[in-house]
Amino acid sequence: MIFFVLRRMLSAVPTLFVVATLSFFLMRFAPGGPFSLERPLPPETMANLMRTYHLDEPLWLQYVYYIRNALVGDFGPSYVYKDSTVAELIGSGLPYSLQLGSMALLLGLLGGVTVGTIAALRQNSFIDFAVMSVSTIGITVPNFVVGPVLTLIFAIGLAWLPAGGWGDGSARYLLLPVITLALPQLAVYARLMRGSMIEALHADHVRTARAYGLPPRVVVVMHAMRGALLPVVSYMGPSAAALFTGSVVVETIYSVPGIGRYFVLGALNRDYTLVMGTVILIAVLVIVFNLLVDILYGLLDPRVRHD
Amino acid sequence: MTDAVSVTAPAAPTVGRSLFQLAAMRFRRNRAAMASCVVLAMITLFSFLGPFFVAHKYDQVYSSYVAIPPSLEARPAVSTLRDVAESIVKRARVTLLEFSTEGQEFSATITSPSPIDPRSIRYFDRVDEFADTRIVETLDGGNTLKLAGSLNRQYFLFGTDTNGRDLMTRIMLGGQISIVVGLLASLVSLGIGVLYGATSGYLGGRVDNVMMRLIEILYSLPFVFLVVVLVVFFGRSFILIFITIGAVEWLDMARIVRGQTLALKRREFVGAAEALGLSDWQIIRRHIIPNTIGSVIVFVTVVVPKVILLESFLSFLGLGVQAPLTSWGVLISDGANSMQSAPWLLIFPAAFFVVALFSLNFIGDGLRDALDPRDR
Amino acid sequence: MSLLSLCKPAKFGLALLISCSALLAGASAQAESVLRRGIVGEPNAFDPAKASLWHEYYLMKDIFEGLVSYDSTGKIVPGVAESWSTSPDDTVYTFKLRPDAKWSDGTAVTAHDFVYSLRRELDPATAAMDPRLQFPIKNARAINKGEMPADQLGVRAIDDHNLEITLERPTPYYINLAAHGTALPVNRANIEKDGSKFARPGTLVSNGPFKLVEHVSNDHITLAKNEAYWDAKNVKLDKVIFTPLVDQAASVRRFEAREIDMITGFPAAELGRLRKAFGDEVRVSPSLTVEYYVFDTRQPPFDDIRLRRALSMVIDRDFLAKEIFYDSAKPSYSMMAPGIPAYGAPSKVDFADLSMIDREDMALELMKEAGYGPGGKPLDITIRYSTSATNEQAATAIASMWKEAFGFNVTLHNLDLASHYGYLQQGGEFQVARASRTPEYADAEATLSLDLSSQKTYNYGRYNNPEYDALLARSYTEADPSVRSATLHKAESLLMHDQVIMPLLNIGNLWMVASKVEGFHDNALNEHPSKYLSVSE
Repeated sequence: MIFFVLRRMLSAVPTLFVVATLSFFLMRFAPGGPFSLERPLPPETMANLMRTYHLDEPLWLQYVYYIRNALVGDFGPSYVYKDSTVAELIGSGLPYSLQLGSMALLLGLLGGVTVGTIAALRQNSFIDFAVMSVSTIGITVPNFVVGPVLTLIFAIGLAWLPAGGWGDGSARYLLLPVITLALPQLAVYARLMRGSMIEALHADHVRTARAYGLPPRVVVVMHAMRGALLPVVSYMGPSAAALFTGSVVVETIYSVPGIGRYFVLGALNRDYTLVMGTVILIAVLVIVFNLLVDILYGLLDPRVRHD
Repeated sequence: MTDAVSVTAPAAPTVGRSLFQLAAMRFRRNRAAMASCVVLAMITLFSFLGPFFVAHKYDQVYSSYVAIPPSLEARPAVSTLRDVAESIVKRARVTLLEFSTEGQEFSATITSPSPIDPRSIRYFDRVDEFADTRIVETLDGGNTLKLAGSLNRQYFLFGTDTNGRDLMTRIMLGGQISIVVGLLASLVSLGIGVLYGATSGYLGGRVDNVMMRLIEILYSLPFVFLVVVLVVFFGRSFILIFITIGAVEWLDMARIVRGQTLALKRREFVGAAEALGLSDWQIIRRHIIPNTIGSVIVFVTVVVPKVILLESFLSFLGLGVQAPLTSWGVLISDGANSMQSAPWLLIFPAAFFVVALFSLNFIGDGLRDALDPRDR
Repeated sequence: MSLLSLCKPAKFGLALLISCSALLAGASAQAESVLRRGIVGEPNAFDPAKASLWHEYYLMKDIFEGLVSYDSTGKIVPGVAESWSTSPDDTVYTFKLRPDAKWSDGTAVTAHDFVYSLRRELDPATAAMDPRLQFPIKNARAINKGEMPADQLGVRAIDDHNLEITLERPTPYYINLAAHGTALPVNRANIEKDGSKFARPGTLVSNGPFKLVEHVSNDHITLAKNEAYWDAKNVKLDKVIFTPLVDQAASVRRFEAREIDMITGFPAAELGRLRKAFGDEVRVSPSLTVEYYVFDTRQPPFDDIRLRRALSMVIDRDFLAKEIFYDSAKPSYSMMAPGIPAYGAPSKVDFADLSMIDREDMALELMKEAGYGPGGKPLDITIRYSTSATNEQAATAIASMWKEAFGFNVTLHNLDLASHYGYLQQGGEFQVARASRTPEYADAEATLSLDLSSQKTYNYGRYNNPEYDALLARSYTEADPSVRSATLHKAESLLMHDQVIMPLLNIGNLWMVASKVEGFHDNALNEHPSKYLSVSE
């Protein structure tokens, strides 16, 4: 197991390198630059900016600089948020995104697995129908609709919760963003769980366990659920990475100080270094979570072995 | 998970029905799934054939009817016509002496201190409420004109959008595009994802390692730049939409199928197949993929809405469908911007979208049950 | 990290309790007067040299104070300088600095600070975003180009309290530039001590009515009253909290929930509903922004003036203003917007006052001469614009007008903002493109100079008319303000006649200001310094 983890860690190095390289060049092929505003800058100003940020040098040289600096942990200054470095921006936003993302993941995962299991156990009942209906709405109604609707109801209509802002980070501020973030995840987990649970309940070993007269709860939890969790766990890897790096929609709707905006808005602003920093962070998270998922496979289903 | 042994079980010949027939039979018995098929078919017909039965074109701008709410009544409402006439004469810089309507006809008298340019009647035809305006009588040496014309009756059952275009027609058009995009892009991601995931998981070892690292790389690439660069190099082609969406949406599918495969390949029946000397490809095709079908179908019902909504983000970046064309995703995101002042712009397209996806879910469940050999 | 706080009702209750007690505390400390302002985006920097966006300057001008500044009605008022005089030839400005002007660390603001700050702004090594606005100062442009050392700048401290600024040539609008965000002073000791991290809460030394206290990205920026400010007794607010609101609809919801007292930049489509709900709290006033379409003169047939004029004539700008912009914008037939007192009424295009039907007939005639439209060749036109709901609506409406008038087939091509303007600025070819202009200082030159044939980045359509260039050149050397203004008007008329630029609308400033906010005045320059605002309970 340790050998397996070590090997995966090693293989992360070339993965990150490829991600960084591809992203670096991909970004530079896009039209516009960090200083392409609606009101253009005069040539002198542009030249000064390009020189200051070394953007006037040959692309390959910029690339060499970038990789060299990144290796020692220097991800450069942000081209748009000019007072800050990329490391500072990500460092200050990440805790917020982690907090929001982990709550949403927890809510989505626990909620999704629970309701999915219930729906599977009561297949074709009213509960099943209700769970799947809510789940369908969770998947089809996008968060840029869910968020505003929740705000209109709970912040403006009923005035129970704030309409936005992080405030003191207490539950009243986090409730709506967490729900908005978690709902689509919960819906996907519920669907995956229900589907695989129905199959698992029909599987031989579960039938056998039932036939032996084991209590239903034991059958469900000990036998059926373990196998049924596989697709849920598979999906959890990338979805956790996405949740932890924030969501641009949720952050702009609720004024959350996370890092989700940097990936999309940074790209729209052509803030090359900031996007690079975010890309590398996402890559690291994806790698880590996929590794965790692969380890979880082995725990859930002893037949899965890593050779 | 079901045992593949039973998928390839020799039950079929004795009953005299193929597996496919059995599945189809089971599917037909599933009332929810069948009803959903009907609903989905109706939405599809509405989208593709509807435009032949409505009087509006998707890009026809009715400048008199900007952002009007849905109504079963014909427009214009008679009560508003006087105000319309007043605003017309203001633009024509004359005064309205008299205005009346009778049935489908209207008549008006306009006057001015100096002779009126007979072209002024064009102001009446410019608006969508009136048509065929003509001068009935010239009085006062041309200072006063008596006009008559007909009322132009229009129906906007779902209301109009912020440009004055019929929302129902646009939902039909949006449906055409979203159904096609949702179907094709999901098929692309389904095809690539299942094959890739099954291969990676089954072959395992170094191949799996490399294939999964490639997925991690694709997960991390900055999507916005990917899209922008694709647009720059290949222009705005419709095909590019499927490629771009397919390129990102197959990743989850591949991870899920690989996870299933890792568990499946240690099962007895795979060992048996290996012992029988089946090639890797044959095992993947006959034993691995059929056994992942349950999770795959469930996940497809997740991918389709994601794909349709992702398309609206592509439109934002200049890929995707371009105005004046539209899609459900674009209509929903436009509608979300005005959900308080013009809620119908969100409610109608969202309703079609949600109902279509509801049906798809039931069909998915039905298919899964039908293909599940344990549920006979 | 309150990871589990959602799942634990006890903690949730505790949180409620805390917020309740916070409310009580707020009630008891009523003396503190707080204004919560929404701004349209996160500021990119707190260093004035690195700012360039409108909402950044709102913050800058609250934190720093220049020689002169704007009051709440958009008028120039004394700032750090209590008075100033000009030489007879209008090329030398002498500012007399007030002796009681202080930095937030208690040291005096001197003429040397301005010398340092302006040199820094123009030094190429600073890589300032908007140094162009200070180019009228002697040698400024050469310094910014790196052709001259920064100490050659025409800014000199006569003594601690007298500052002399020499200009290249008479520049009648110079005082507006002295009030611009690019002329704000920064504290030398602060920069030398903290380097690139000087503009941080707790570190930044500033001389404005407020000082920077706290910044949580995308959540809030808190400014507190600067007690060292010379006019602190007239600053009524204790705190100003700026909240960046990128999402326009979200900003309206924050206002509706009464969490923010003033917002700007919300969708005009909401005006009807908001007016009904909030009455006078909704404020629409004319701005200096003109939205236009530009034709690429490098592309036939758009090099044909008849075709351009015909296309412009059939556009029903009243419809755009009324139905697309919900009356928040006004039809525009000129490059400049009204509202610059020294310039007066802008010069409209010759067909501006004709009735719509006359224009349509004329346009058909012209189009026939050009050889297109009914009876002529068909034409496919592509309109490029940056993605936004109103841009798309306007383009859709214009496409339908051209289609109806001439039967042209019009396609729309949207790109994200950076791609759209990046493409135009890199000289990409197009047919018709959307852009807008807001003069950065109250002078027609700010806008009209962008269409000189020597301009390669701003002049998207590659307008090239020697007569126009000559008129502008003459305006630079003209000392008599009325002759200069007449020359600029002539240039504008010419630009309008040629219709390389087809103005569409004069956009409005949209604000929602809670009734408890006092001291807010609509003004075309859209200047709303917090110094003049107060909150009544």
